[in-house]
Order: sequence, then structure tokens, then C-alpha cells
Amino acid sequence: MITAEQKPMQEIIQYIAPYSKILLVGCNECVTVCAAGGRKEVGLLASALHLNHLKQGKTIDIKEITLERQCDPEYVEELAPYIDGVDAVVSMACGCGVQTVAGRYKKSPVFPAVNTRFMGASLGQGVWAERCKGCGDCVLGITGGICPVARCSKHLFNGPCGGTSNGQCEIGPETDCAWRLIWERLKELGMEDRYEDLMNAKDWRPGGAAGPGKIIREDLA
Amino acid sequence: MNTQSRLEKILASGELAVTSECGPPRGARPEKVKEKSALLKDHVDGINVTDNQTAMVRMSSFAAAVIIKQMGLDPIMQMVARDRNRLAMQSDIIGAYAFGINTMLCLSGDHAKFGDHPMAKGVFDIDSVQMINMVRRMRDDETFQGGAKIDGAPKMFIGAAANPFADPFELRVMRLAKKIKAGVDFIQTQCIFNLDKFEEWMKGVTDRGLDKKVHILAGITPMKSVGMARYMKNKVPGMDIPDTVIKRLEGVSKQQQPEEGIKMAVESIERIKQIKGVHGFHIMAIEWEEKVPQIVEQAGLYPRPKV
Repeated sequence: MITAEQKPMQEIIQYIAPYSKILLVGCNECVTVCAAGGRKEVGLLASALHLNHLKQGKTIDIKEITLERQCDPEYVEELAPYIDGVDAVVSMACGCGVQTVAGRYKKSPVFPAVNTRFMGASLGQGVWAERCKGCGDCVLGITGGICPVARCSKHLFNGPCGGTSNGQCEIGPETDCAWRLIWERLKELGMEDRYEDLMNAKDWRPGGAAGPGKIIREDLA
Repeated sequence: MNTQSRLEKILASGELAVTSECGPPRGARPEKVKEKSALLKDHVDGINVTDNQTAMVRMSSFAAAVIIKQMGLDPIMQMVARDRNRLAMQSDIIGAYAFGINTMLCLSGDHAKFGDHPMAKGVFDIDSVQMINMVRRMRDDETFQGGAKIDGAPKMFIGAAANPFADPFELRVMRLAKKIKAGVDFIQTQCIFNLDKFEEWMKGVTDRGLDKKVHILAGITPMKSVGMARYMKNKVPGMDIPDTVIKRLEGVSKQQQPEEGIKMAVESIERIKQIKGVHGFHIMAIEWEEKVPQIVEQAGLYPRPKV
């Protein structure tokens, strides 16, 4: 999923300071799963903003709505009946959702309420970790199912650097050395000899070096 | 012989090579590079010029290497994958070679987290193994990494690092094999304090006959004080400092610790000379370059052969 974290309250308050009618929009997908911008977080943020305005002797009108998918024009259309009645939109979706809303409702300012972080997986209650960089040319088939692009701090393709200590990355003990994990997995699979295959310099074009990525499926378009 | 490198000539002659290093200054002070290099000039076959080591901004290794070259000495230009993409690397390699710099070292580079610009984006377009392969192809195939022909190919003698002490240990000989496969000519190892472990690694190297395919220079660092030893043990990634090293330094007075540190370095060299497959020494006297001549002389590595 795409993970996100709520922005600092002060930043959100500054964005909406000039406005009195706000449309606060959540998303039912990734940001709901990572508890950053789903229906529940929309409610909590709305309460916090109300409280903040009350403290300052002001009021704010907040319309709360959570879409099925904010990165999908079909669902974003559901905001149409409300958009003319508000001064600004605050989106709790990832950057894809914010931009889909901003692209559809050009007259309304749209502000992000979360910082989009990374593509990750859940490691347990309340813990998410980065697992994919979207490099566009997946190497997991030859690295034992552990990604050196996303999980090695230096994106190394040919083994661990000299900074590994006690199996951990040199950046700190909270990060596993990806190449230690790859090596252990290759051993478990009886594929140790694969380690000595040279991995050639990567073509970064599919991962963004060629410009913003776009997929066009002729069979669907 | 693939290059004009003095280091290559020394190694080809079968003599033990000696290299040392010069960390460029944190400012436009060419005299600092000259002062450090002058201390080393008669006692080494090549001077490594570090590339923003520990991710701190310094004078570029290219510029400092040019200064050293213009003194009539032999710089070994270090290059890290952290700060340059393949375009910048190749243009700097051609540029350096145009100034007569013919020996270089390909490294991943310390993570930016350790330096004074932790907010910087690491480049890591290619890794150190891919860099070795790129420089070898620039030399032997006279082609750029992208495939086009080079008019005036840089003929670099290609080095890389090896850390026999980092995890996983069992992978460390294989990692060397991979660098050899990519085309590396010589290796400078991480500072050796755990000699037993280094011997074990070298046994793995010679068992596979890798010592016949690459020249290994053993990394030596003299300890200035017990404080430095403790710092390296606890704070420097991938460093293996046995407690015996710390105890020995603790056993002498603070004033005597530098001399004890040098004695230990010389003893290490004497012991490592006996290890099959070691072809020289890389002496990293961190901000203590003035002691390198003494170590080289006491270890019986002086005078340096003329090639």
C-alpha cells in the first residue's frame, strides 16, 4: 500500500486560516489501512480543527466526506454537489488523491493534510516499512524475494557494503542489512552460487528517469 | 601491464607495495594537500585521495589528486557512488586521466547520514562493483558505459575496497570474487586489528586462488590513543577492534599511547607479511600523516623500489 502520515496540525491550520468553509475529504483505500486519512481520521481532524477555532473564538464549517478511492475520477465526481458551497478542500489522501481532486475542481484550492511516505507493507499493529521503490524492472526473482532497491540504503545490486555490523545497516540498528537478508534467503533456497552473478548497471528509465511514468493499456483505453 | 600506474609497476615487479592516504581539506587550501603529500612522498608508491570521506564536504578528490600529480607524485583518486551518477563519474575519470591520474579506487561511499549534509539525496546510480566494470570497459574496450566509443580512453589501474570484518563474514570472499569478475586490479582492505580474522579471510581468498587474480594491500591504521580505539570500536561502521587492542593501549601512560600505537602497527605489518597472498600495505594514518615514514621504515619497507 501507499503509506502516509498526518501533517503537523500547525501546517494544516496555516493552510486553512483564510477560509471558513472547508470540505475535508478522506479516502477508503491505502490511507485508511495505514490509519492516516480514512473516515476515522477525517472525523478526528475535523474535531481538532473545530476545537482550535473555538479556542481562538472563531468558528469553521467543515463538511466531512470519505471517498471510495480518491485517485479515481469516478469517485472524485461525488464531490461535485458540495464543491461550490466551500472555500477550500483539505485532502487526507496520498499525493495521487490530492492531485486527482485538484485536477477536477480547478477553482477550489486543495490542501494536503498528510505527507505521503512510501510503498510499504504492514509489519504488525501500527508498524509499516518500505518495500518497493517502483523501479519498474523488478529484481525480486533473483534476490530471494528481498528488494535491494527499496531496502538497501545505498541501492546496491551486488552485495553488502563494508558498513554492515551485527547484520544491521550502517545507518542504524533499526534497519536490517538487505544483503544479509538476501544472502540468508538464498542459502535457505540453496541458491548461494547465484550471489556471484554480476548484476549490471540498472536502467532507471522505467522507474522515473525517463520522466513521469505513464501506462497506456490499449486493450482497456 | 595495462596502465602507466606506478602502483601497477611496483606490484608487477613482485615487491610489496606501500600506499597511504591524504584527506583533502574542508576549504580551498591547496597548501594543505601539498603539506600532507610532502610528508608521504618518499615512503609510498601511491597516495589515496579520499572522496568526501564520512560524507563531509571536502575539496574534490579530482582537484586534490591534480595538485598531488603536479608535485610529481602518484595520486590514487577515490570515487564514491554516493555523490555522482554515471555521467559525472565518467567525465571526471576522463578529466583526471587527462591530468595524468592513472590509478583510482571505486567505492560505495559512507551513507550521507554520517556527514554534515544528512539531508542530501544519495545518488547511487551504480554500485561499486558496477563502477569497477564501467572503468574496466572504458580502459579495455574503450567504450562508455552507455556503449559509445571513447576517443582517448582513460587507462586506469583499478582499485576497490574489501572489508573482511563486516557481516556476513562468509560472504566476504565471494564479494571479493565478484569485484575480480567485474575487473578490479587491486584491493585495499579495511583497517586490520583482528589479525586472526584477517588470516581466516585470506585463507578463503587463497583457497580459491583469488590472490593470483588481484593484488591485496592490507589496511593498517596506527592508533593515536585508547580514546581513538574506543571510538573506532563503537562508532565506526564495519570496524573490528578486539578488546586486546584496547587493553594494550590502556596498559601504557597517555603520553606513551601514540608510540605504542605505532609499535602495534609495525608488529601487524610484520605478521601480515607472512600471510600468503598479501602484496602490500595501505597505511591510513588518520590526521597523522607525519608518522607514516616512521612506520614504513620500522616495518622494513624503506627505501621504496624505483620503477
